[in-house]
Amino acid sequence: MSSNESSAVLTNPSALWHKACTAVNRFKAWVALDGGNLSPGQTLAVKYFCVAVVLFFAQLLFGLLAALQFIFPGFLYEFLDFSVNRMVHINAMVVWMLYGFIGCIYWLLEDESGTEIVGLKWGNLAFLILTAAVALVVLVYILVQIGSGTDSSLWFINEGREYIEAPRWADIGIVAVMLVFAYNVVATFNKGKWSGIAGVLTLDLVALAGLYVAGMFYMTNITHEQYWWWWVIHLWVEATWEVLVGVIMAWSLMKLLGVRRKIVQTWLYIEVALMFGSGILGLGHHYFWIGTPEYWLTIGGFFSALEPIPLVAMVVHAVYDAGAHAFKNSNHPALAWIIAHAFGNFFGAGVWGFMHTLPQINLYTHGTQWSASHGHLAFFGAYATINIAFFYLAIQHWRGGVWMAGDSQNAWRWKWALGLLNAGVLGMTIALLIAGYEQSFIERAVEGSTWGGYFSAQNHPSFQNAMVWRLIWGLVTFAGLGLLIWDLLTIGKGETRKAQVIEPH
Amino acid sequence: MNETPRWASESFWKKTAIWVTAGSFLILIVLTFDTLSKTSAGSTRVPDYTVINQKIDYRFDEKLNKFMPIIGGEELLFDKKYTAEEAEQLVTLGKKTTQAKNCMNCHTLLGNGAYYAPDLTKAWLDQGWISRDMREDMMLKFLMDPENNARTFGSGRKMPNLNITEAEARGVIAFLKWMSSIDTNGFPHNFTSIESEEE
Ligand code: HEC
Ligand code: HEM
Ligand code: HEM
Ligand SMILES: [Fe+2]
Repeated sequence: MSSNESSAVLTNPSALWHKACTAVNRFKAWVALDGGNLSPGQTLAVKYFCVAVVLFFAQLLFGLLAALQFIFPGFLYEFLDFSVNRMVHINAMVVWMLYGFIGCIYWLLEDESGTEIVGLKWGNLAFLILTAAVALVVLVYILVQIGSGTDSSLWFINEGREYIEAPRWADIGIVAVMLVFAYNVVATFNKGKWSGIAGVLTLDLVALAGLYVAGMFYMTNITHEQYWWWWVIHLWVEATWEVLVGVIMAWSLMKLLGVRRKIVQTWLYIEVALMFGSGILGLGHHYFWIGTPEYWLTIGGFFSALEPIPLVAMVVHAVYDAGAHAFKNSNHPALAWIIAHAFGNFFGAGVWGFMHTLPQINLYTHGTQWSASHGHLAFFGAYATINIAFFYLAIQHWRGGVWMAGDSQNAWRWKWALGLLNAGVLGMTIALLIAGYEQSFIERAVEGSTWGGYFSAQNHPSFQNAMVWRLIWGLVTFAGLGLLIWDLLTIGKGETRKAQVIEPH
Repeated sequence: MNETPRWASESFWKKTAIWVTAGSFLILIVLTFDTLSKTSAGSTRVPDYTVINQKIDYRFDEKLNKFMPIIGGEELLFDKKYTAEEAEQLVTLGKKTTQAKNCMNCHTLLGNGAYYAPDLTKAWLDQGWISRDMREDMMLKFLMDPENNARTFGSGRKMPNLNITEAEARGVIAFLKWMSSIDTNGFPHNFTSIESEEE
C-alpha cells in the first residue's frame, strides 16, 4: 500500500471498510471453499472451528510473549505483564478447545440423530453472542488488565482465578449459551433417534455445564475457594472432557474406519466406567495441600493413580481398531491426528500425571514447572490433537468429500505440521521437566520454598537453559501451527478424485 | 461367532458405567460436606479471621513428622485489635484485591497458580521481611511500590506496580497473615520462618 493510500485509509473510515471487504473477498476467492457442500449443522460447526483456530493462534502468540519474559524480565514490563500474557494464553486455550468440542458435536449431531438440528437458528445466534463476548473479554484483559479490590472488578474485568478468569457477566453469558447448545442437542436426539453415544454425550454435557457453575462464586476462605475451583478444572479435564473425547472418538472410529457401532459403544461404556470411577475421586490429588483434611492424601493418591488405566484402554481401542481395519481409511491426516491423540492422552495425562500424583512426590513438585510440563503435554496431547483431527474431517467435506488418503498432493504439509507441532510440544515438555526437577530439588526440598529459595532455583543455570530451550521448542510449535493453518486452507484444493466410501465391517 | 459373553456385552458395561459413576459421585458429595465443615473459617485446620491478632509461626513437628502452623499469643497487626467482623472485612478486601490484580497468574497461593514468582502460602513468615518489627512496614511499601523496593536476587525479575492502594495493601497483608495460619499438611516442607532467626 503506498503512503498516500494509507493516509487516505486513516482519514476515511469507509475507505478502510472498503479495503477490508476487498481483502476478505480476495481471501475467499483464494481458499475457494463451497459452503454448498455442508449441511446446516456442519455450517455452524465450521464457524466454531474457524474461531477455534484463530484462538489457537492467539494462544501460542501470548505463550511466546510469556516465555520471553522468563528470559528477558524487562520485556513489556508494566505494559503487557507476564500475568496478562499468561492469562490470555491459558484462556484462549480453554476457549478454543471448547469451541472445537462444540463444533464437533454440531458436526456429528445430524448424522448420529438421523434428523436435522432442532432450533438451529438459536444455535447460530448463540454462536454470534458467544464470539462477541469472547472478543470483548479478551479486549478488556489486554486493555484494562486489572481493577481495584472490589466486586465490580470481579464482575467486569477479571475474576483472577486461573483458567476461569472470565468476569462474572461473561460466566452468566456462557451458561446461557450452553443452555441453547444443550437444547439443540437434546431436542435433536429426541426428534430423531437416541443411541448409546447420544445418551453418554447428553449426560456428559449436562455435567460439564453444571460443573462450570461451581466456579462462579466468590469466597474469602481460600481453602473453600480452591476446593470448588478444582471441581471445575479437574472434573473437566480428567472426567467430563475425557468422556466427551471418548464420544467423539467413538463416532470418528465408526466413520473413519468403519468400526461397528456395538463395539465402539461397548468400549465407550467401559471408558466411562473406568474414567469416572478413577477420575471423580482422583480429584483428591489436588486436595493434599490446600488446607483440606488428611484423608485426601490417601483417597487422592489412590484413585488418581488409577486414572492412567482408562487412558491405556483408549490407546488399545484406537490402535486395535486401526490395525483390525488395516489402517484403511479415507482421511489420512485425521487418522494420524487421532493416533497422536491416543498416545498424547496416554503420555501427557497418564504417564506425566502419574509421575507426580502421589503425595510423597507431589509435596516437592507441587506448583513448580513440573506441573507446567504435565499441563502442556496433557492439554496438547489429549485435546488439541482430537480437535485438529476434526478440522481435517471438516475440511474434507467442505471441499466436497475429496480424496485425502495416500498419494494426495502436497501431503508433506500436513506431515510436517504434524511433526513440528508434536516435536515442539514434546521439546517444551522435556525442557519444563528439567526445570521442574531442578525447582523441586533446590526450591522445594533444600531451600523450603522461601522467597530467596525460589530465586536460587530460578537463577540456576539448568533452569535458565531450560527456559531458553522452551522458547526454542515453542517457536518450533508456532511454526507447526503456521504450516497447519496453511495446510487446512489449501488441502484438497484442486483435488478431483472422490474419497473412497468406508462401509462398516 | 458365538454369543457375546455377559462380561463383554454392551448392556453389562452400560449398567456398570452408571453404577460406578453414581457411586463415585455420591462418595464425593459425602466427602465434600465433611471437608467443607472441617475447613470453614474458625475450624482447627482453617483458623478464624481474628487469627490476624495473633502470632503465627510454622515449624517442624517431630511427633507428626511434618511442618505445622503454630498459633501463639497476641501479636497485633497495624497496632490494632480487630473484632471478628473487622477482621473478616479486612481479609475479604485483601482476597478480592488478590483476585482483581491477578496475583495468581504470576504467583502460586497454596501452591496453585503460576510459576513466575514465589509461592505466597507462607509469605507472611518469609525471612525476606528481615525482622518481625520491620515486616508490616516493609510489606506495605513493597506491595504499593514493588518496582522501587525490588529484591529480585540478581534475577532482574521485578513485580510490576499494580496500583495497590494503602487500604488494599493492608487487606492483602491481613489475608497473607491469615493464609499462613492454615494447616496445609506440611506444604511447603523445610521452610525457615522469620521467627526462627529471632531467637
Ligand atoms: C506480573 C507478575 C506479578 C504479579 C501480577 C504479582 N506479583 Fe508479586 N511478585 C512478582 C515477582 C517477580 C516477585 C519477586 C520480586 C522481587 O524479588 O523483587 C514478587 C514478589 C512478591 C512478594 C514477596 C515474595 C515473598 O515470598 O514474600 C509478595 C508478598 C507479593 N509479590 C505479593 C503479590 C500480590 C499480593 C499480588 C497481587 C495483588 C502480586 N504479588 C502480583 C510478580 C508478580
Ligand atoms: C487430559 C487430561 C489432563 C489434563 C489436560 C491435565 C492438565 C493439568 C494441568 C494444566 C495441571 C496444572 C494445574 C494448575 O494450573 O495448577 C495439572 C495438575 C495436575 N495433574 Fe493433570 N491433567 C490431566 C490428567 C491427569 C492425570 C490422569 C493425572 C494423574 C494420574 C494428573 C495429575 C495431576 C496432578 C497430581 C496435578 C497437580 C500438580 C501440582 O501439584 O502442582 N493429571 N493437570
Ligand atoms: C508456542 C508455544 C508455547 C509457549 C511458548 C508456551 C508458554 C507458556 C508459559 C510461559 C506458561 C506459563 C507457565 C508458568 O506459569 O510459569 C504457559 C502455561 C501453560 N500453557 Fe503454554 N505455551 C505454549 C504452547 C502451549 C500449548 C500448545 C498448550 C496446550 C495445548 C499450552 C498449555 C498451557 C497450560 C495448560 C499452561 C498452564 C500450566 C500450569 O499452570 O501448570 N501451552 N505456557
Ligand atoms: Fe487432576
